[in-house]
Amino acid sequence: MAALLVPIHLFLHGIAAPLGWVSINPSLFGHPLVKLYLFVLISLPLYHWAHRFRYTLYDLGVKGMRQPIAVLCYGIAVVGTIVTLWILWRV
Amino acid sequence: MTAARPDRPKVFQPKMPANWWLKHPKYFLFMMRELSSVFIAIFLVVFLIQIAQLLRGPAAYSAFVQKLGAPEWIIFHIVAFLFALYHSVTWFEAAAKIVVIRRGEHRVPPEAVAGAGFTAWGVVSLVILVFVLLLRS
Repeated sequence: MAALLVPIHLFLHGIAAPLGWVSINPSLFGHPLVKLYLFVLISLPLYHWAHRFRYTLYDLGVKGMRQPIAVLCYGIAVVGTIVTLWILWRV
Repeated sequence: MTAARPDRPKVFQPKMPANWWLKHPKYFLFMMRELSSVFIAIFLVVFLIQIAQLLRGPAAYSAFVQKLGAPEWIIFHIVAFLFALYHSVTWFEAAAKIVVIRRGEHRVPPEAVAGAGFTAWGVVSLVILVFVLLLRS
């Protein structure tokens, strides 16, 4: 998911839009299907990140606090998902 | 296992230095791959905050997009974009090694699987690009 979708969105929203190459109509974000898509785009990679980051910490030698690190990483992903849901619901 | 394991202190436990990944180009690239997901996560959070600005009104949204035009943010996004490209390329290459499709006695070559992945990536990106450009009004 992240590999397929993120690069083009990074380019569009991070580079092309701020530089004025394209203009993205914000009312697009109000459409239910768009919101669903954005939810998938934003919250799913968070879990991917959580898993990767946790194991990267282990790779870097941080082995002492296995449980808290796991809770922290996946916890952030869960919180991120809830926040995303809440924001998209209200937009 | 019939032989008892020696006590812990007698077992050889090599200590891995924390900078193991600096010792070899391939290890470094591996760590860069892991770092790429951090940049991608940061971008997604920034994007989410951008969308959240709509909850504060169109003025807040425009102000935020203006801020994104600042050089530091553009540079961040360019760096994140390069990391995302690296992430995707290595992803499809890794997937090609893992996905084994057999046709009779032959295995579909990994290059074909990778090629399919890259093609799908290109098509999806193009579709999104066209979609966003067409829906400008």
